[in-house]
Amino acid sequence: MRRVAKLYQSSVGKKILMALSGLILFGFIVGHMVGNLKVLSGPESFNAYAEFLRDFGYPLIPHEGFLWVFRIVLLGAVLLHAASAFQLWGTSRSARSGMYRKTVDLSFSYASRTMRWGGVILALFVVYHILHLTTGTVHVDFVAGDVYHNYVVAFQSPIILGFYAVAQAALCFHLYHGLWSVTQTLGASHPKYNPLRRPVAVVLALGIFVGFLIPPVLVATGVVS
Amino acid sequence: MKLKLHIWRQSAPDVRGGFETIAADNVSAHMSFLEMLDVVNEGLIAEGKEPVAFDHDCREGICGTCGMMINGNPHGPWEGTSACQLHMRAFQDGDEIWIEPWRARAFPVLKDLVVDRSAFDRIIQAGGYVSIRTGSAPDANAVPIGKEWADEAFDAAACIGCGACVAACPNASAMLFTAAKVTQLARLPQGQPERYERVLSMVDTHDSEGFGNCTNHGACQNACPKGISVDYIAQLNRDLFKATLMDRPDEAAV
Repeated sequence: MRRVAKLYQSSVGKKILMALSGLILFGFIVGHMVGNLKVLSGPESFNAYAEFLRDFGYPLIPHEGFLWVFRIVLLGAVLLHAASAFQLWGTSRSARSGMYRKTVDLSFSYASRTMRWGGVILALFVVYHILHLTTGTVHVDFVAGDVYHNYVVAFQSPIILGFYAVAQAALCFHLYHGLWSVTQTLGASHPKYNPLRRPVAVVLALGIFVGFLIPPVLVATGVVS
Repeated sequence: MKLKLHIWRQSAPDVRGGFETIAADNVSAHMSFLEMLDVVNEGLIAEGKEPVAFDHDCREGICGTCGMMINGNPHGPWEGTSACQLHMRAFQDGDEIWIEPWRARAFPVLKDLVVDRSAFDRIIQAGGYVSIRTGSAPDANAVPIGKEWADEAFDAAACIGCGACVAACPNASAMLFTAAKVTQLARLPQGQPERYERVLSMVDTHDSEGFGNCTNHGACQNACPKGISVDYIAQLNRDLFKATLMDRPDEAAV
């Protein structure tokens, strides 16, 4: 236990925490994307799916019980992810003494350099997204319980669609670096599979981007209404 | 060719430094970068000025003593090349060149372009050795080692400890150096007895020396004059994780 505490104190330990919390969040993102695709199978199916999430395990688990446990786990993962990012940023800032007059960026990707601010942007987006489609606070015509209606009305506005598309692009960048980085941090490195790590991250990041945008684009173009 | 050099001048560790612009009017494309600085220094000495201090030793790219930021690139624009092996044909007549020391809290500037890299020595002291008697060079194949493992250990051992990885890293992390020094031993039978104690101890020293943390930017690999791969950092992370979960890393002999 003492050594686990020591690992957490080390720079690598905070990265492992970052990687594990990131994996939890990625798991949620995949599930969320698959759930959203159910919009395509119509109002009954989508609303029934939303109902299923609220009553998962009922009557063994109380109404919305599973959902709240799930939300608390996600919130915990977000907080750990952000806290370790903040601590790592602090150490790195104090490790650099003075800036170079001239710099050439030698990083592998644009995505890696925008992880920190990209993460802040994603956090702000998530706050907006919850106020928009979970609580309905900033929704123009929110009907509690009619998830399909709320979804379709929201994306009939091209401004909302554009905003979500930008947020998805930010997520795509974050995942592009994050999914590769997680293999690096957790030491999943093997000469045989190393060439696959980057392409797999690209395919997953793009898959999430496309998967999240298919339903709203179909709504905006009137195919789904 | 004629060049305009902007060189970082700092007379002592605690003195505020600044850039001095020096004209280098007599530069041949065949000179190495350090020879160009030698010529500049001869000029400065002839004028009765203080020459530019910079580290150098073997001048054949194998000792890791030289190193400076050249137009924002550690060791200059050529890939896989240390500053001493960089030649002036990399530049054109009339170029302006900004020359700066490595900048990291763990590498304090001693004078001009010379930084104190003894933090690297302390990381090595923390575990970058084997404490068994290895004797003289053994007979070939007396200790069987898989070809891939030998190659990996050898590629890691190519690290010359110049500090370019720290200089290039946006986080001023020395993880690439530490990973190379951990893995060159972790991949060989002689390194096994202390494998897990070593990684714990070296990472601990890395952190306490004030280096930043690796966030997998990969700038180190691109800056490294020896082309050390960030795959070694993944290997280090794995060993560190294992060492943490182990009951007694000091008795983890394979």
